[in-house]
Parts: sequence; C-alpha cells; structure tokens
Amino acid sequence: MLLEFPWLSLVIWLPIIGGIAVIASGEQNAELTKRIALGFALLTFVMSLPLWFGFDASTAAMQFVERSPWLPALGVDYYLGVDGISMPLILLTTFITIFVIIAGWDVISYKPSQYMAAFLIMEGIMVGVFSALDAILFYFFWEAMLIPMFIIIGVWGGPNRVYATIKFFLYTFFGSVFMLVALIYLYFQTGSFDILGFHAAPLGLTAQILIFFAFLLAFAVKVPMFPVHTWLPDAHVEAPTGGSVILAAIMLKIGGYGFLRFSLPIAPDASAQLDWLIITMSLIAVIYIGLVALVQQDMKKLIAYSSIAHMGFVTLGFFIVFAIFQRAETAGAVMGIEGGMVQMISHGFISGALFLCVGVLYDRMHTREISAYGGVINRMPWFGAFVVFFAMANAGLPGTSGFVGEFMVILAAFRADFWFAFLAATTLVLAAAFTLWLVKRVIFGDIGNDNVAALKDLNRRETLNLSVLAAATLAIGIWPKPLIDVMEPTIANLVQQIQVSKLPEGSDLVTPPIARLQP
Amino acid sequence: METVYLIIVLAPLFGAIVAGFFGGKIGRAGAHSVAIAGVGLSAVLSLWVLSRFIWHDEPAFNGSLYTWMVADGIRFEIGFLVDRLTALMMAVVTFVSLMVHIYTIGYMADDAHNWPENSLVGKNSYQRFFSYISLFTFSMLMLVMANNFMQLFFGWEAVGLVSYLLIGFYTTRESAISANLKAFLVNRVGDFGFILGIAAVVMYFNSLDYAEVFAQAPAHAETQVAVFGGVSLMTLICILLFIGAMGKSAQMPLHVWLPDSMEGPTPISALIHAATMVTAGVFMVTRMSPLFELSTTALSFVLVIGALTAFLMGLIGLVQNDIKRVIAYSTLSQLGYMIAALGASAYAAGIFHLMTHAFFKALLFLAAGSVIIAMHHDQDIRNMGGLKRYMPITWITALAGSLALIAFPGFSGFFSKDAIIEAVGHSQIAGAGLANLLLILGAFVTALYSFRLYFLVFHGEPRMDHHTRSHLHETPWVVTGPLIALAIPSVFIGWYAIEPLLVENWLGDAITVLHEHDTLHHLAAHWHGQREFIRHGMQTLPFWLSMGGLLMAAYYWWYLHQRNPGIDAELQERGGRFTRLLQDKYGFDDFNQRVFAGGGQLIGRFLWKRSDQRLIDGAVVNGSAKAVGWIAARARHLQSGMLYHYAFAMILGLVVLLTLFVTF
Repeated sequence: MLLEFPWLSLVIWLPIIGGIAVIASGEQNAELTKRIALGFALLTFVMSLPLWFGFDASTAAMQFVERSPWLPALGVDYYLGVDGISMPLILLTTFITIFVIIAGWDVISYKPSQYMAAFLIMEGIMVGVFSALDAILFYFFWEAMLIPMFIIIGVWGGPNRVYATIKFFLYTFFGSVFMLVALIYLYFQTGSFDILGFHAAPLGLTAQILIFFAFLLAFAVKVPMFPVHTWLPDAHVEAPTGGSVILAAIMLKIGGYGFLRFSLPIAPDASAQLDWLIITMSLIAVIYIGLVALVQQDMKKLIAYSSIAHMGFVTLGFFIVFAIFQRAETAGAVMGIEGGMVQMISHGFISGALFLCVGVLYDRMHTREISAYGGVINRMPWFGAFVVFFAMANAGLPGTSGFVGEFMVILAAFRADFWFAFLAATTLVLAAAFTLWLVKRVIFGDIGNDNVAALKDLNRRETLNLSVLAAATLAIGIWPKPLIDVMEPTIANLVQQIQVSKLPEGSDLVTPPIARLQP
Repeated sequence: METVYLIIVLAPLFGAIVAGFFGGKIGRAGAHSVAIAGVGLSAVLSLWVLSRFIWHDEPAFNGSLYTWMVADGIRFEIGFLVDRLTALMMAVVTFVSLMVHIYTIGYMADDAHNWPENSLVGKNSYQRFFSYISLFTFSMLMLVMANNFMQLFFGWEAVGLVSYLLIGFYTTRESAISANLKAFLVNRVGDFGFILGIAAVVMYFNSLDYAEVFAQAPAHAETQVAVFGGVSLMTLICILLFIGAMGKSAQMPLHVWLPDSMEGPTPISALIHAATMVTAGVFMVTRMSPLFELSTTALSFVLVIGALTAFLMGLIGLVQNDIKRVIAYSTLSQLGYMIAALGASAYAAGIFHLMTHAFFKALLFLAAGSVIIAMHHDQDIRNMGGLKRYMPITWITALAGSLALIAFPGFSGFFSKDAIIEAVGHSQIAGAGLANLLLILGAFVTALYSFRLYFLVFHGEPRMDHHTRSHLHETPWVVTGPLIALAIPSVFIGWYAIEPLLVENWLGDAITVLHEHDTLHHLAAHWHGQREFIRHGMQTLPFWLSMGGLLMAAYYWWYLHQRNPGIDAELQERGGRFTRLLQDKYGFDDFNQRVFAGGGQLIGRFLWKRSDQRLIDGAVVNGSAKAVGWIAARARHLQSGMLYHYAFAMILGLVVLLTLFVTF
C-alpha cells in the first residue's frame, strides 16, 4: 500500500493546491492565511516522509513510479519516480519550505498570502522537477519554476529588483532554451520523452558533445558555475529572505541534479572528453570566487559568492569521476559523486541558515552592509552563537555537514590528480577566511553604533528555525551513513552506466571511454 | 573497558553541554560543579586506565564505536585505540585539564569587569568559559583516542575550534578577535596539508584505520608518486601530515599564531596553548611513526624544522616584556625540541618531553596567571618585581617550573631535554649536525630568558604603582592548589618516568622505530640509573650552557638592572639590528600581513571589479542585452505597418527560397 499510493503526485500537488487555497483566502485575515500556509507546508513535509521510510535502499531502480499518458499524440507521459539521487533532494525541498514560511511570518506585511502562496507553489514545482521522468514534464516544471521566483523577487524584493529579476530570468531562460532543443533531438532519436530511455540512447560523439553543451548551458547557469554566475549575487541581494533561502538551498541544486540525471548518463563520452572543462570551471569557482567573496561589503553578496564556491565542489565531485577513469581506475568515482550530493544537501541547510541569519539582522536594521554592524553578539548572544556555528559549518568544520561533502570530494579528487585535490583543498583556508572574517566584523567586536546597541535577540520563531537547521547540520556531520546508504546503489549504478561508451564501434565495460578517445 | 573509555570521553562533553546551554539557569556554582565533575570523572578514570597499563599489563584496545559512513567500499569508523601511548596522553590531558578547571574558579571569579556594561555576552561569561574548556577536553580526548585518520582530523579541528573560541573569548577586544581569526586561519593552512595527507593515505591504502594502514605501510616503502617530479609516497604523505603538525604545534613558519593566542584568558594559555593542544602535532607524528620511519627525507625535514623553531623562537623570548608572551615563546621553543626529537626517531623522548613540559609549562602559565591576578591584569614584567615577598606559593612553584624548564639537574625537564639532545646527537640523518648545534645553543637561550623573567618578576624592589602594591597578596587556594599539584610532577616525574619510557621501552608497540634510526638505544645501553644519568649530564655542554645562561641572567639582574632599570633600552640600542630583528619576530607577521592578507584582498578585489563586474557583467551580459536591444530597435523598423514593405519582404523571401531550391 505504501508503495502504490501516489505519494509523489501528492507531494507535488498538495502544496500547489495549498498555494491556491492561500491566495483564495485573501488578504483580509493575514493570521489565518499564514496558518493555512504553514499547515500545508507541514503536511507536505509529512507526506514526503514515506518517500524516505518506504524507500528501498538496495536498488538503483526508480521507485514510487507513477506513469500515465498525458499528451498521447506526442508521446508525452505523466511519468514520475525517484531514486537515491532525487529522493534526498525532494525531502530537502519539503523540509526547507517550512522554515521559509515561518521566516516570513512577522516580516512580510505586503500581501502576505500571496507571498506564502508563491512559496508553496514553488515547492510543488521543485518537487516536480526532481521527480519528473518524462522530459517534457521535466521541462514544464523547470520553466514553471522561474515564475514564482520571478514574482517573489519582483514583488517583495529590494530597490534594484527589476534589474535583478530581468538578469535572473534572461540568464536562466537563455540556458534552458538550448536544453529544450537537446530534449527534442533526443525525442527524435528514441521516439519518446522517457528520460530513462534517453540514458540508453546510442549517440555519436558529435551529437553527444552538442547535447552536452546544450545541457551545460542550462545547468551551469542554475548551479551557477563560473563564468555564468553573476546573476546569483544580484538576485540574492534583491530577493527577500525567503527567496534567498529557496534560491540557495534548493534551486541551485537543480543544476547539480541536472548533471546527474541528464549530462552524465546521456552523454558519457562527451562528459569524459570535456571533463577538464568542468573541472577547471569548478576549481575556478572554489578559488576565484573564494577570493571575490573575501572582499564583499554586503553580507548577502558574500554568502552568495560563498554558495558559488561551495557548489564548485559539487560539480568537481561529479566530473573528477572521468579523470579517475582516465587513470584506468574506478576507486573514488562513487565517492566523488556522493560527495557532491552530500555537499548539495549540506549546503541546503547551511546556506539556508546563513541567509536566515542575514534576514534576522536585516529585519532589525534594514541594511546588509557589513560596515553597519559590529559587536552584534553583545546584544544578541544566542544569535551570535548560531552565526558562529553556521559559519564554522560553512568553513567545513568536521562534525558538521559542511565537512562531509568536501572531505569526500577531496579524497576522490586526490585519486584523480594531486593538483585537483590541492586546489580544491584551498577552500579550507579560503572559506574559513571569508566566513570568519565576516563573523569578526559583524558579530564580534565592541558595539559599533546606536542601532546595534538597540538590537533585540532572537524571537521564538527565529530560534526555532535556526535550531532545527543546526540540528540537521549536526546530524549529517555526526552520522552521514543513512544519507549515503540511500544514495549508494543509485550512484554505483550511475558510475557503471557512465563507464559504458555509447559510441557505435563498441561498448565494452572495462575500458573507460576516454582510453579509446585518446590516440 | 569500552564503557570506561566512552565515559572518559563523554563526561566532559556532558559538562560542556550543561554549562553551556543551561549556565544561566544553574548559575556559576552549578556550571563549575558540573564541568569539574565531568572532567574530574574522566581524570580519575584516565589515571585508573594508566595504572592498569602500568601495573596490570592491560592489553591495547582497538574497537569501533559506530560506522560513520561507508562510501566506495571504504569504511569510515568512529572508534578508539587505547594503547600505552594513548593512556599516557589521556592521563596528562585530563589531569592538567582538571587542574586548570579548578584554577579557573579563582581566575575567572571577577570576570565581569572585563566586559563593557551593555554587553549581554559578559553576563554568563564565567559559565561559558567552563563550557569551552570542558568541550576542549572532550575534543582533545577524541583526538588522542582516535583509531583512524578521520576521527583524528575531527579532534584536530575541534580543538582548533575551541581554541578559536577561547582566544577570542573577550569578543569586545579587537586584539583578541584578530588573534583568534589569525590562529584559525594559520591552523587551516596546516590542515590543508593534513587533509591532503589523509587523501594520499586513502588513495594508496584504501583505508583510514591506523592498524590497517600501518600494516600495509612497509609494502609501500618504495612506491613513487609522480608529483613534484617524482617523490616517494611515504615522503609525500609524511610531509603533508607534518604540515598539519606544523600548524597545530606552531612550528616555523606556521608558528605566528601562538604568541598572539595569549590574548585568551591565562587558564587556557596553560591548558591549550602550552600543555595539550599544541602538543597534538607531537602526538600525531608519534602515532604515525610507522609511516615516518619509512621516509628519511621527511624525518630530516621534521628534525630541521623543529631545531630551527627551538632556537630561533627562544631568541625572541629574550626581548619580550609581556609575562605571557615570554612563556609563549618558550613554549614555541620547547615544542621545537619535541619535534626535533621526533625527527631523530626518538619518539619516546619527544613524548617524554611532552609530558614533563605539560606539567612545568602549565605550572608556569598558571603561576603567571596568579601574578596577573595580583597585578590587576598588568602583564608587563617591567612593572613587577619583588613579588616573592607577597606571593610565596606562587614564587616557589614558579621557581620549580623555571628550573624544570631550563633543565636544571634533577628536575623533570632535565631528564627529558637531555635525552632529546643526546638522541639528536646520535642521529645520522641529513640535517642532524645543524639540529644538534641549534638545540645545544638553545639550552643557553632558554636559561637566559627564563631567569630574566624570574628575576624581574619575583626579586628586587617592587616597581608597580602604589595602588597595586598596597593590594598585593597571595591568590586563593583554588589558584595555589593547582600550582602545587602541578609543581610536584614538574619536579619529580622525570626521575621516575625516564627509566620505563626511555630505557625499558614501555611504549612498546605503540611506536615503531627502525633499527638504523634508533637513537635512544645508546641511552639504554649505557644506563646506570638516574644518578649516573645526572652526573653524566652535568659533564656535557648543554648543562654548562644552561648554567651560563642562568649566570648571565643573574648578572643582568644584579649588576645591570639593579643599578640601572633603563638597561633594557640601552641593551636594545647596543644590540642594534639584531634586537630589532628579534622584536620584529624575523618579519613573519609583516610578511604574512602584506603578502597573504593584503595580497588576497587585492586579488579578490581585482577579480570582483574587473573580471566579474566589468568583463562578465559589463561586456558580456549587459553587452548582449544592449546588442539585443540594438538589433530589436533596428528590427522594429521592419514592422513599419506599410503593406508594400511587407509585400516586398515576402517577394524577397520567395526569391531566396527559390534560389536555394534550384541550386540544391
């Protein structure tokens, strides 16, 4: 019964229906609409739990599958399912949304019901992205996701929100157009929009490379990777706190998810040929962006740049796999991808919490300038403790989730090439430098000015939010095994899959594709 | 036993959590009671464990607690390895920690005046301090009890975190929060090497477990890796791991954070920055002896770095006037001795000195803290003098600590330091000659700075202002009690421990020494008891140099300083460039500030303004937006609304299409 019930549809549509209900309740009774919104967010989270408890962690096959014809004329199905890659991301989505709703409770006074509704609808759409197994359905959710985010930044955003929304929209839209072309091409190759069917499609190298680049544009913008990252700091700065949290904690993960669901299995040979490109972009993200983060004067921009640097570890983990194959090795491949996945989940908690922390300060002082603060801990000791905790997690301190992913990726990168690991490990210094310097200037020190002197410590709602996220960060840091176990079969299977060349002349399991590509 | 080990680790953690989260509710007495109970329990149990190892031949324990994760077929475990080495470390750590806990009751009693009126952080600072030092004890125990590299790294970084929190304990002081940032970042530079070392271990051994790695190590003795033009795997691993030790144990050039760490309250300078955390590097290298033994290159590197630190940092101690900073440079120098011992494969001697140093250096710091309390937090030794009259217990214990530090015959430091110098003298590896010279000269420097400090603080006429002088008195028993408790081992432990540790090889399997590296067997071969060892020691150069340093300090004190208190300035004048070099601490701080801190920001700003904003956003993003806008503006003219324009366009299109069809 557990497996047959359409849990995925429920988790997608429940928040969307909830969003509509919240809008319908109007703006007259703000308290009531907030309660309805929170109720739906909580209920959605509870309904997503069976995906975890009922998940069979011994298989790489898709689970909780739902499939029925949607547009039969075009071969489009309503086709959902999850594996060890998407399931944790769906839970992350339903989990984080709760805190976004709570965080907006007191501070959103302009049309709160529409604000809450936008996040609920967003939640459903994002779950849709992670669970769609039909390319058109995926594309539908993928593009639909832009609309609520566009509205959230555009309506509740800061003074420069128009520039930010346009930049955000164009950047992401530009990327996804090419993805659509690739999806249609794959449809003509396989005769259906079944994503798993795409995985099996035999493709020549040129086709793979073109497809790879089409996907790369879409996913690199979302992650975001250097050099298509400049929309993110602007979007974060203008977005309301909740928008930033969703953006950092979940939307960026969709890019990483895309690489695993599309790029790697559909174009393994192209991925193997172009791994150097992604690895280079990832390492630039770690170092270049780390240095840029160091000199930011706006707290949100700093954390936005920090996000880009941390996401560099995700893409690095995904693509060092091919560099490992190149050495005729397979050990470390699974760990690299798993490390990237753990990094995504962990970054969801930590960056989400850090943006909430900035929100706490912004709600009180209405500025994000670092120089406007100083000595906050003197007035807000509990808040200060949380910030130091999340800063340490951001710097990858062992015992927090921030360590797990980075550690795994560094271990795997070392197997690929000493210098990859060397450059990646600079994050130990860089991330600590930009994060703790921020803490020093904002949290520590003598009370900087009268505004700081008037600050009040966290209220109950804020404390609750940060406590739960801190607990999650610690839990994964202390015992990541449950998370890894869920992903292991799926990722091991993926690694198997991408070792098999799709090139027509052969498909032996042993020789890595790259070995044949090189003279 | 597993339960006992678990209690030893978790009791301080429990104390930390209770004192930290509920400090406000349970009050000061509640917080220090629970913290002391936790650490006390773990100290008692640790001593019991040690006694089991000494008298009951307790077998080593190596077991997993839980599986952290399994990835790629590699098990990441959390577990304990308790052998004789660990048991010794546990006893030292928990005992010193317990003393520091008790001492803190007195030292932090009136902490409130260290905080500004309007600061809420100052409210429960007393309880928070107890929470931190208990948390530190937990972390340090995790470090020494780990049975695998990952848990070692956890402990390694966790003690770094607590050190960060404690150096910056006074969050309102700019100097404190700069010092803790610096400490954390410099340690991270070390950890950068450390994590790469771990990665190398995982790559070649496919395991993180000590036992498994050490068992496989000899098979990899000849393995070469194609990095840096080809080096031996063991050299690469050991040097990378040692870079971590250089950060944590403050070896040059990563030593720069330790003097600044004196911004923290004195109890933690004793516990963390003298007795325990900074010796983690020494412990780690000893634990990794099966790996280090396989790379003579790495051992030479370790030896030379240690000896350089021992000598050069001691010299800086001569020109410092802050009581804590003199002792801090002394710590750097003594850590150099321990590290040098490791380089000479005299791991047991390194651990021996670690232990004696833990006692006498913790004692010296706590005595300094006692002086600082009496001096109303004036730390300048130029303002002290004559304190022995007012603080007899502090005076006599500090004297015991100082004699131990300068290796005065019979005191604990004599046995451990002499053993190190002798071992390095027997070492045959590259750099041993230089190291030996530096360590011997270091003996002179150590005695000079130690007794300059001692005379200036305790002897002569009091130089403090009238108000301070009228309030001078001995500190309460919670302060003097731990001083006495630490003075006892500072004097005696060397006598009793040298035979089992260095002669009878008590550490046994816990360390590995190749026969050709064994520099301690001379000592064992010529062992005729402690008395003979002392007699022999008194005929060697280090002893005479040390006495020379002591006499020179006395000369400085009685003939120069007594007659002319402004002699320091004159000496500095005469020392010229040399003293200036020492006062600039060889320019490391300036260099780091300019090149790393300044350079990093400069590059960051350049990348942000030029690359991100001007190139990517300015030229590409906004440029293409503008280009689209420009094309659209042109294209708009096509939609003129005039029928003949459209008709013309259609005809043109038709012609082009027809041409294409005809041609292809």
